Amino acid sequence: MFVLLWDVIPCPGGKVVHVPDGFFNAVTSVSAGVVAAAGVAVCLRGARRELDDRTAPMAGLVAAFIFAVQMLNFPVAAGTSGHLLGGALAAILVGPYTGVLCMAVVLLVQGVFFADGGLTALGINITIMGLVTVLVGWAVFRLVSGLARGRGGVTLAAFLAALISVPAAALVFTLLFWIGGTAPIEVSAVAAAMGGVHLLIGIGEGAITAATVGAVLAVRPDLVYGARGLAKPLELRGAGGGSTAVGAPEPVAGEPRGGYRPFLLGGLGVTLVLAGLVSFVASPDPDGLEAVAETHGFSGRAAHHSFGRWALADYGEVGGIPVGIAGVVGVGLVLLVAGAVAYAARRRNKIRV
Amino acid sequence: MNSLEVRQLAYAYPDGTQALFGVDLSIARGERVALLGPNGAGKTTLVMHLNGILTAGHGTVTVAGTPVGKDTLKEVRQRVGLVFQDPDDQLFMPTVRDDVAFGPANAGLRGAELDRVVEDALARVGMLEAADRPPHHLSFGQRRRVAVATVLAMRPEILVLDEPSSNLDPAARRELAEILRSLDVTVLMVTHDLPYALELCERSLILSGGVIAADGPTRELLADADLLARHRLELPYGFAIPAV
Amino acid sequence: MGAGHHHQLYLPGVSVAHRLPPQCKLLAVLAFAIVVVATPREWFWAFAAYAVLLGAVAAAGRVPASHVARRMVIEVPFVLFAVLIPVIGMGERVSVLGLSLSLEGLWAAWNILAKATLGVVASILLAATTEPRVILLGAQRLRLPSLLVQIAMFMLRYMDVILDEMRRMRVARESRGFEARNARHIPVIARSAGALFIRSYERGERVHLAMLSRGYTGQMPIMADMSASAAQWGTALALPAAALAVLGLSALGLT
Repeated sequence: MFVLLWDVIPCPGGKVVHVPDGFFNAVTSVSAGVVAAAGVAVCLRGARRELDDRTAPMAGLVAAFIFAVQMLNFPVAAGTSGHLLGGALAAILVGPYTGVLCMAVVLLVQGVFFADGGLTALGINITIMGLVTVLVGWAVFRLVSGLARGRGGVTLAAFLAALISVPAAALVFTLLFWIGGTAPIEVSAVAAAMGGVHLLIGIGEGAITAATVGAVLAVRPDLVYGARGLAKPLELRGAGGGSTAVGAPEPVAGEPRGGYRPFLLGGLGVTLVLAGLVSFVASPDPDGLEAVAETHGFSGRAAHHSFGRWALADYGEVGGIPVGIAGVVGVGLVLLVAGAVAYAARRRNKIRV
Repeated sequence: MNSLEVRQLAYAYPDGTQALFGVDLSIARGERVALLGPNGAGKTTLVMHLNGILTAGHGTVTVAGTPVGKDTLKEVRQRVGLVFQDPDDQLFMPTVRDDVAFGPANAGLRGAELDRVVEDALARVGMLEAADRPPHHLSFGQRRRVAVATVLAMRPEILVLDEPSSNLDPAARRELAEILRSLDVTVLMVTHDLPYALELCERSLILSGGVIAADGPTRELLADADLLARHRLELPYGFAIPAV
Repeated sequence: MGAGHHHQLYLPGVSVAHRLPPQCKLLAVLAFAIVVVATPREWFWAFAAYAVLLGAVAAAGRVPASHVARRMVIEVPFVLFAVLIPVIGMGERVSVLGLSLSLEGLWAAWNILAKATLGVVASILLAATTEPRVILLGAQRLRLPSLLVQIAMFMLRYMDVILDEMRRMRVARESRGFEARNARHIPVIARSAGALFIRSYERGERVHLAMLSRGYTGQMPIMADMSASAAQWGTALALPAAALAVLGLSALGLT
């Protein structure tokens, strides 16, 4: 409910509030943790390819920028304001791999140093606000900017990328809540609340992202990832005032060596991990501590369950749909997004600005 | 052999604007030379070629006989100590000690020897008591001095300073001048603080229009009002070149 | 000089907790959080015991309760949300003080509040007794990827600088009479954000150049040795061990 909250209740200091400990059950937290770890691992390698030995200072500074920008209030409707998440913006400005790293570091720092977000919820927070926003934002950006060329196309792509990334994150949050949230609230109510509000916030995020990307394009187009230019031949001026030309123009590379294949493979790998863990959840033999937590914590009705019997039916009762289908829907969503990224990445044309 | 030799250096920025149109200069060992010029003349750009940060589109740079190239970068960067204009760019470690140790540690020093080198460099700039403090707790002048120490710790052949006196209060300015005078290295100082250049450097170069437009004793250059005016240089109000 | 409110989390001092190596404390807090989250919500005594344990840690670290309390403000939005849950929750309802509240919702609210609060207090105690960069070094020793740790180090180092720039830009805007009130003002905010990005990026480039100028070849040099003795590990892990013991006792005590 991180976003819903700050619209209903003004947040102190203009902070984005992250999911705390205890909000999701252990299994979901762990699964999300594995997904987050896998995603970050893939991006560590990818970012190094994008930026080489500049990765640490560049990503660090961009992370500091994202942290600062998350404090930006933008007016959403009369009297209410929203906050920038920054995932799509990060992806467009520094590329998806580095973007994920920056978001992950911001969330880690907020969780560990500022107690903003539970330590056990880091996986969830990084998955939703790091992986999903960047993945979706980048996929949409590549799709749209591939179709609409020029500076206008880039700006439109930035707007749509950011716009869609916010409700996408909200959707994944709802999905995770459906699978493992500990609060007994109607999932459809959550979905409706998240969807409506986040579409509005998505518009704000889209507007700010598009305008920011445009502002950077206007001053330093070489800093917008994927937008590069050609170099002119050099001129030598002699003492007598004459000049000669030396050197030849060289195109500057825009994509990391190896392209986005590792990114896609990583995305599919993450999907498989998620699927695998969902099936673990469905297994009838969970390990002892979790079973204790689940049988006593989840089902408010019966106080006793035997250890061996996994509360699959109780899971199903949350939201009223069997967990298997919830899992399939979740996996399907990730596959869809991964597929969109694959499609977008096939278009290898550089963006001409 | 000369500390620094630059021949026909030409360079253009990524967006296409050409900055340097064939720069030639030589600096002998032990000299203190000022590089003057208006804002935007390309002084900082030139200086970044000296340790291979920027690769020239054309021309060569040689440091104490070693040409600057892809395979000599490690050596060149130990020989050329570049102090940037903004100390915050240069002090990126959590404590002063870590920052000063960064350079020699990269060169392979460890343990007691590393500590000795660090403390020696800090002592030379008078910042030894601040060794364990975070850089952002220091004043600007102190950070400037620590930035110099980070470079001194590498025992460079030539110390290149970019606007060393900018934003310093008069006391800090004087302290820095004393430190620079006490050092036994070749010094190249990029500055538009003409009195500072006169105070510390016997020789000056004027970079203008992407080439070296003048090269001579500082005193002579500063006395030539015409020359200064042509290259947008001005002596501060009320400043008269002191008689020798 | 740029010391933002973030730095107030660290409380400099000399204590048992301050002296422990960071990797021990980090692992201890993480393990403790895991035990707390895995505790079934009905076991009230367990949660009370956890709170006592944290009190002991605070005492060991000489962290005053006021310090902790002030920083718990971060939790306020979730407290408010937790209060809402019983109102909008589903299922069987009970009457409390005249209000019809969801029973399941009350349990869920308690569950979230208890665990989130314990987690937040543990984090605050960790931050109070360990400097941020030291925590990062500890994370590195715990095998968190070195690149990630370096990125975090740069982020921490320059957070103040960036926030300062943002503040200066806001002051400049407001000095010229600008205040963001509706969507028409988004372009102005965005231009500031764009300028801030360019400045951050260029500073990142300059920092990288400064690193190169001092011989950086892609690997940060190892400059400090920070190994922990078995005794230190023992001291730190006493917290999660005690929590685990509480959990075990509760499991045996309540069937």
